[in-house]
Amino acid sequence: MNDIRELYQDMILDHSRSPRNYGPLDRENHSAQGHNPLCGDDVSIHIYRNSAGIIEEITFEGSGCAISTASASILTGVLKGRLEEDVRLIFSSFRKMVADDGEVPSGEGLGKLAVFSGVRQYPARIKCATLCWHTLIQALDGKMEEVSTE
Amino acid sequence: MSRRSPTGESRVPFADLAEVRSQFPCLQQQIHGKQLIYLDSAATSQKPSQVIEAVDSYYREYCSNVHRGVHTLSERATSRYEGVRPKVAVLINAPDPHSVIFTRSTTEGINLVARTIGRSRVGEGDEVLISAMEHHANIVPWQMLCEEQGAILRVIPCDENGDLILNDLESLITDRTKVVSVGYVSNAVGTRHDVKKIISAARTIGAITVIDAAQAISHIPVDVEDLGCDFLAFSGHKMYGPTGIGVLWGRKELLDQMSPWQGGGDMIRTVSFERTTYADTPWKFEAGTPNIAGVIGLGAAVDFLNDVGFETIQEHEIHLVAEAMARLDQVEGLSIIGRPSHRISVISFILDGIHPHDAGTIIDQHSVAIRAGHHCAMPLMKHFGVPATIRASFAVYNTHDEIEALTSAIESVKAVFR
Repeated sequence: MNDIRELYQDMILDHSRSPRNYGPLDRENHSAQGHNPLCGDDVSIHIYRNSAGIIEEITFEGSGCAISTASASILTGVLKGRLEEDVRLIFSSFRKMVADDGEVPSGEGLGKLAVFSGVRQYPARIKCATLCWHTLIQALDGKMEEVSTE
Repeated sequence: MSRRSPTGESRVPFADLAEVRSQFPCLQQQIHGKQLIYLDSAATSQKPSQVIEAVDSYYREYCSNVHRGVHTLSERATSRYEGVRPKVAVLINAPDPHSVIFTRSTTEGINLVARTIGRSRVGEGDEVLISAMEHHANIVPWQMLCEEQGAILRVIPCDENGDLILNDLESLITDRTKVVSVGYVSNAVGTRHDVKKIISAARTIGAITVIDAAQAISHIPVDVEDLGCDFLAFSGHKMYGPTGIGVLWGRKELLDQMSPWQGGGDMIRTVSFERTTYADTPWKFEAGTPNIAGVIGLGAAVDFLNDVGFETIQEHEIHLVAEAMARLDQVEGLSIIGRPSHRISVISFILDGIHPHDAGTIIDQHSVAIRAGHHCAMPLMKHFGVPATIRASFAVYNTHDEIEALTSAIESVKAVFR
């Protein structure tokens, strides 16, 4: 039996109860919607990216489980003020941390996002953690179609 | 395994419960270091040894194709395969074994009806009536048909208890209604619907009636004569049989009039490039080499149901569900979704402030298998105003102790989120 608290760490519980950066964004210039048809989780990401490629503002809306809500909430906090190219690198590391079959990455360099390292023990929940990330990338790429985890 | 129920009344499970459980190899295992508690039989039931062995012995001892070989093995396979039709017919009290069609699943059975007689009977402006509590399998095929034919899909509403509202059927079943297709038992909240009332209203105006019996077939005696429906579909895997095998029963005279669905081998009488003549019912609906092992396994599953007996099954499951309801009702912060007047084997619930998927992951850590999700009934989830529920479903092999394990797993979910 895994220790369930490795998955549901305090920071995850806190962000799922009181999500940060939640709501619409008046001056958004990038946005996308994501959906997990398996569990019905919905998320939309709103971004204002300035001409220098910096994500000046980022918010999210939607409904989902504790993992998906906390993931979106923590993501918005971590990525605010970052360069778009850094965001893509961070996502790549994040995905390796939660979903890769190989060596266990430490989550080093991911800061607060390392709190999701327990997710890899629960394959059925990986999509909960990554839905908002896929939606974010969709928003940055400017594609209009809804993201689906399936 | 007996224990006292919360009402204080002594509940002794049927004498052979331990013996029945011992017939299910998959139940004899540990998950996360503890005895598996399987409360997800509405998704698929576990399989008794006799079903597994029947499938195994077909592949080991008489594997061959049906309906074509003159050799001994093929004759053996054909006779075992065809021998399942009368067994199924008796199970559902169908007068004619040739009215039993083997399909892949309940879904395929409903699609077959929609694509054949549905397509010929439903025209522009006509109506197909389903209910607000259907599984997607009994929504989407009709939606596709309606879209194609320019017909209208109408829906029998349900109330906050999860009962269908049937006092206004006259306004829903009109002379434009060509098909009425409803589930017997709701997979999401467990309601046993008054399908006889719906069928009899539909028959007065000559609509085709279809019953999705997927969630009924392993729990209650299903009697097509008594129901009076035209078609009834179910799956093997929810009645202790293999996956990938299902049954569509239809009224023989309707099946005889219907054109085939899929074309191919095994469903023809003669083929030339000018013209093909078709085999008789039911074979004209079974194109291609069928799921022979699945049919033989299904036959063994029917034997299992008969061996245990519906009287025993019903009595045991009614007690289990009543006790589970009583126990779950005592859990603070837990709300049962749907309180139908007649419930079978399924209980859906939510926990205050906890998403069902988080609950499902934690409950699984306690080796209890439940389902968390929308149960392929998204319109019904919307009706109840929830994205998903936690669903515990029961079968003949479940015990009263397992209900205790479920409630204690729920308490630990609450402890994580406290």
